[in-house]
Amino acid sequence: MKAEFVIVPEPEEPLPSLSLSNNQGFLQWMASVDHKQIGIMYLWLAVLFIILGGIEVLLIRIQLFTPNNHFLSPEAFNQLFTMHGTTMIFFVLMPAIFGFSTYFVPLMIGANDMAFPRLNAFSFWSTFFGGFLLYFSWLAGGAPDAGWFNYAPLNQYNYSSTPGVDYYCTGLLFGGIGTVAASVNFIVTILKYRVKGMGLKQMPMFVWMVLVNSFLILAAFPSLNAALIMLLFDRQLHAHFFNSSGGGSAILWQHLFWLFGHPEVYILILPIFGIFSEVFPVYSRKPIFGYGIVVGSGIAIALLAFGVWVHHMFATGLGNTVNSFFAASSLLIGVPTGVKIFNWLATMYGGSIRFNVSMMFAIAFLVEFTIGGLTGISFAIVPIDWQLTDTYYVVAHLHYVFIGGSLLGVFSGLFYWFPKISGRMLSERLGKWFFWLFIIGFNLTFLIQHALGAMGMPRRVYTYPDFKGWAILNQLSTIGGFIMGISVLLLVYMIFKARKLGELAPHDPWDANTLEWTTSSPPSLKNFDQVLPVKSTRPYRDYKKPEDADWKHNR
Amino acid sequence: MIIKNQRMLTGNTTDNMENKLMIKLVVGTEAMFFVSLIMAYIYFSFVPGYGYKLSQVHELDIKTTGIFSICLFLSSFTFWRAETNYKKGNTGALKFWLLFTILLGAVFLFGQGREYLGLLNKHISIGSSRFGTSFFTLTGFHGLHVFIGLIVIAIVTLLTFLGDYNQSGSTVIGTVGIYWHFVDIVWVFVFLVVYVLPIVV
Repeated sequence: MKAEFVIVPEPEEPLPSLSLSNNQGFLQWMASVDHKQIGIMYLWLAVLFIILGGIEVLLIRIQLFTPNNHFLSPEAFNQLFTMHGTTMIFFVLMPAIFGFSTYFVPLMIGANDMAFPRLNAFSFWSTFFGGFLLYFSWLAGGAPDAGWFNYAPLNQYNYSSTPGVDYYCTGLLFGGIGTVAASVNFIVTILKYRVKGMGLKQMPMFVWMVLVNSFLILAAFPSLNAALIMLLFDRQLHAHFFNSSGGGSAILWQHLFWLFGHPEVYILILPIFGIFSEVFPVYSRKPIFGYGIVVGSGIAIALLAFGVWVHHMFATGLGNTVNSFFAASSLLIGVPTGVKIFNWLATMYGGSIRFNVSMMFAIAFLVEFTIGGLTGISFAIVPIDWQLTDTYYVVAHLHYVFIGGSLLGVFSGLFYWFPKISGRMLSERLGKWFFWLFIIGFNLTFLIQHALGAMGMPRRVYTYPDFKGWAILNQLSTIGGFIMGISVLLLVYMIFKARKLGELAPHDPWDANTLEWTTSSPPSLKNFDQVLPVKSTRPYRDYKKPEDADWKHNR
Repeated sequence: MIIKNQRMLTGNTTDNMENKLMIKLVVGTEAMFFVSLIMAYIYFSFVPGYGYKLSQVHELDIKTTGIFSICLFLSSFTFWRAETNYKKGNTGALKFWLLFTILLGAVFLFGQGREYLGLLNKHISIGSSRFGTSFFTLTGFHGLHVFIGLIVIAIVTLLTFLGDYNQSGSTVIGTVGIYWHFVDIVWVFVFLVVYVLPIVV
């Protein structure tokens, strides 16, 4: 069957009962309960906050450009690095991942919307207002300034007397409630709204990872929410949870925070693994290697995520027994992650690879994320952790996993799905410029910081003495940061340009495998009238190549 | 060749079980929330060498609170009766058991208010000590959940009197029930940790 053959009869005009015009301006977006519009709003939220968080960190990098610099005050520096970390994790990566999930989970399982559309809108707006509440702190007397993990006693009133930390608590609570609500919605949608014929074993990998991830969120976020409420009580009602002078326990905050915080870093990577498990097969023109193993290792990561949090606390003196246990569990969690890397390599092996921008990001991810993973394993070894904790080596490690892992996945997903979302193609030529600028800037910024950390430069210091080599390394790092900044601006320009002037996208530009590509680009208000039969993980390919359908081989 | 997506086409779902799945997930995530609060309480009260045997624990009156607790546990039973009668279609009995549930829940909250007042008169508050901090936060959040449950059950009762549940087949009452039983089960753990354990240890 030819590709130009119209495969799924899509209503060109809205059905009479659904004659909602798509063009009622801003009000319609605000009132929308459509999963596609809410997904797009999540993605724009991420764009807005990546610009804000980017400006914050560029100010930090200017301050660190020379030793003994006085461009920023220490107070301003503390606020900027706190806001940068909090923004990038909770209001860039989370909304970006939730944007793709909200948009594509129903499309990939052949549903017309989420199970609870109004709850879906609530989740988005809760996240939205959480973000704005966090930023309102600048106007209310000062941003939070105790770091993104906000350790006691620095989060107490005696150490942070501006209302910043209160806004941190309330902002993240709003965001957290929205996140939990969205996860409930995803699980119900995936378990109850799959099209007939799509069993769990026929589910696209992205949907699988969103499902696993949602359970992870339901288990992990409550301890953050509880900790934030306790901290608010400490600050507003003079309770004694975390202030050791009043009988509280500073270490309790660390336990509660990292019991959430370590699963959180997997929450930020599991759906990304799902995106890559879609991207690699499509651009390698092969099925994913070891479907069951990719799913199983995802579940293993989710379970192990709750047994490793103390490796963030090796320096707090919990004793050798505790440290050894968590060192072992932290080494263990490298295994399922490594398994996945080999699954993707094996997917590419022998494939007929197309080097589109999306695929380039996926390949770059394999390299960068492995670096981040290896430095992570080095932290599981307690003596190394003691030597390097709170240095720039940590900063380098976490950026290699957050950027080299999560953000590259977001970019890969963006270049893969943008034609479906917008109906326009992103420029591949500018995309390659963006790719190389970003990758060069990223490695220039953070590869160097491994060395800075090993040389002993502590993180979160607002300035540093003129030690041998520190100035030049920091300057290179700053230059790299600005290259990344320019590349992100180029991406934003590309998105705006493509929305107006981009080449019109066909419904299936990448010759892909899953159901979302059977709809028009962009999909009509009602996703599906009719859905292809699902007999394998690649229903659309089965339809395009019936003589070579997956389900025939698997019998 | 092509499947008609019937369920979505009609705009209705063929089974309403997603409500129950949803509330089970909510209950699961709420349980994790209470685990955090209970762990904080245990940490402050029972960790040897740190918070072992706080004197203020003995200000609590296990007998009075025990009686009010029985009211809450009974309310789970009465709600179960309401569910059973709804399934049988006995609207009259449904109304009775729903009202009885609200009464029992309200009595429990009254007992909690009375206990709080007594403690505050003894100058034990959320800011007075770490016992006060962890006690009021844990029991207070449980009380908040009871209160929310009462609001929801009150709405369901109102709808019952308006005739919404004259026919069986809705999952709403069963869904609310899962939440209400959860709130009771949480209190079993809270009661054991806060009131019984200090006597045993």
